[in-house]
Amino acid sequence: MYVELKNINKLFGNFKASDNVNFEIEKGKLIGLLGPSGSGKTTILRMIAGLETPDSGDIFVDGIRINDTPPSKRGIGFVFQNYALFRYMSVFDNIAFGLQVQKQNKNYIKERVLELIKLIGLEGMEHRYPSQLSGGQRQRVAFARALAPSPHLLLLDEPFAAIDAKVRQELRSWLREMIEKVGVTSIFVTHDQEEAIEVADEIIITNRGKVEQKGTPIEIYKKPATPFVAQFIGQSTVYENNEDKIQLKGFEMIKSNEKAVIRPEFVQITKLGKLKHYMSAAEEGIVEKISFRGSYLEVNVKVKNIILTSNRSLEDEMIEVGEIVNVQIYRLYVFNENKTYLLENSAMADNNYIYI
Amino acid sequence: MKNNATKNILISISILFITIMLVIPLIAVIIYSLQDGIEAYKIAIFDKYTIKALQLTLLATVSAVVINTFFGIFAAWIITKFSFRGKHFLTTLIDIPFAISPVIAGLIYILVFGRTGWAYDFLQAYDIKIVFAVPGIILATIFVTFPFVSREIIPVLNAQGKDEEEAAALMGASGFKIFTKITLPHIKWALLYGIILCTARAMGEFGAVSVLSGHLRGKTNTLPLHIEMLYNEFQLSSAFAVSSILVIMAVIILILRTIVEYKGKKAGE
Ligand SMILES: Nc1ncnc2c1ncn2[C@@H]1O[C@H](COP(=O)(O)OP(=O)(O)O)[C@@H](O)[C@H]1O
Ligand SMILES: [Mg+2]
Repeated sequence: MYVELKNINKLFGNFKASDNVNFEIEKGKLIGLLGPSGSGKTTILRMIAGLETPDSGDIFVDGIRINDTPPSKRGIGFVFQNYALFRYMSVFDNIAFGLQVQKQNKNYIKERVLELIKLIGLEGMEHRYPSQLSGGQRQRVAFARALAPSPHLLLLDEPFAAIDAKVRQELRSWLREMIEKVGVTSIFVTHDQEEAIEVADEIIITNRGKVEQKGTPIEIYKKPATPFVAQFIGQSTVYENNEDKIQLKGFEMIKSNEKAVIRPEFVQITKLGKLKHYMSAAEEGIVEKISFRGSYLEVNVKVKNIILTSNRSLEDEMIEVGEIVNVQIYRLYVFNENKTYLLENSAMADNNYIYI
Repeated sequence: MKNNATKNILISISILFITIMLVIPLIAVIIYSLQDGIEAYKIAIFDKYTIKALQLTLLATVSAVVINTFFGIFAAWIITKFSFRGKHFLTTLIDIPFAISPVIAGLIYILVFGRTGWAYDFLQAYDIKIVFAVPGIILATIFVTFPFVSREIIPVLNAQGKDEEEAAALMGASGFKIFTKITLPHIKWALLYGIILCTARAMGEFGAVSVLSGHLRGKTNTLPLHIEMLYNEFQLSSAFAVSSILVIMAVIILILRTIVEYKGKKAGE
């Protein structure tokens, strides 16, 4: 493994910012560090870079323990959350800074900087100052500055957070392409799951200083390892089989100490009376809200006091707010304190031939 | 419009107040100093004791500015870029000269370095004179102008955060390079502004210096002390003539201050 964190702990006062963090990263991968705000993502990044010192635990890069290596000798590029461009230096000088510090040959510096400026598509802007650039352009300069000294590990802290939504989409694919082109192992921090799923080869999910799960976006989505991940990923409704005897058909076996997560793709809405299969598994619900999402509709439907979300194709027959519809729930994620598991609707199970 | 009337009245009151309190006295100083004719003015100004006092004032001012600039940058740097125990306490300590009357500051030095002071025997042994001597004047001036530079740059450094410095450090830049290339361009105008305020205050300092000076004409008299002495001897026109030197220096500083403020604001945009 290229980057390894072993039993990393970090306290700020008596606040546990990193709680026994362990993970490993393969060379050349683009990793997304995903978690809610304050979950310790930046702290992890800063410890890898050497800007913070872990209280205990070891950090290895390329098989070498780097805990005691000074930050400047770690060969790590860092893109700060607000870019931290040197505001009194031009774009050229910003990107050249790391090379000048290394006392590289002047011609080489010029060649390398211009090559990077070309790579980030800012030709002709090398004499501008950061204040004369747009958010997206600043981000590109920060990226080029971090890459200039050819780091073997690139760390990016919320690289898209300060950019407006339109440009963000474009920059995501741009960054992904750039990192592939350069081939540098990278870790980027984000609190936006869509971003992580779209950009990262693998995602590490953090919560309260702990690593909850590490896996490919699909693994994380399909097999959430902890209750936190199950709730955090996807647009989820949390459902409890509580004392009020709200029970969903087909899920009567959920125990009272368990909760369940219902994802939009687990829910099927059908016009009343148009249902052909598994009538016994169908609930009735009232459409509460319909939002147009561009290529599909997002429908909120109330079933037994639970608001469920479902996505509906524009091709399907139109439904209206206030309409009573049939709702089928195919499956859900059940979890208690220790585990999560996928539970299929028992009333819809194919092998249940009694219903055929 | 009623609003406009209120505005005009308020502006008029302010201008009237400033004229009575500040402008007229300043003009009076210049007029009084010239009332015995230009020859008398010249004699008062080129008097050997006046020149000595001017030299001492300049020496004390330059020393205080140099030392406080160096210290001010250093203190502001550690306060804003590092977190450590007792940081708040240090910030408060720096402000002490703002809170303590200069006379008390002078007395403190007498207590420490004077005949009955803790350090007296040590100073005697090495034949060092502080109280009633030039070093005492310089020390007192440094004390009262202590916070000016650091107070001006701390907010600027705080607003900047430490990301840029961290980014430079990650790339392997030395502390000196980080300071000259990243921090200094940023605090340049605030620093100049602080230096100017510090200069103005140092030149006019009276209380603390008065306690430590001993009023030895030609030896430990600064300009303000010299003026007071002339005044007490009823040499009014001489006193005003010498005062006019301070007034002119103050006006020059005010102009500089305005320029720096303007440029700093423009650079900040
Ligand atoms: N230097 C610090 N001193 C004190 N607390 C800190 C410091 N840095 C981070 N923290 C705290 O640690 C927690 C995790 O911070 P951080 O790693 O920045 O989270 P994230 O990047 O996931 O939002 C936060 O609650 C934050 O207040
Ligand atoms: Mg963060």
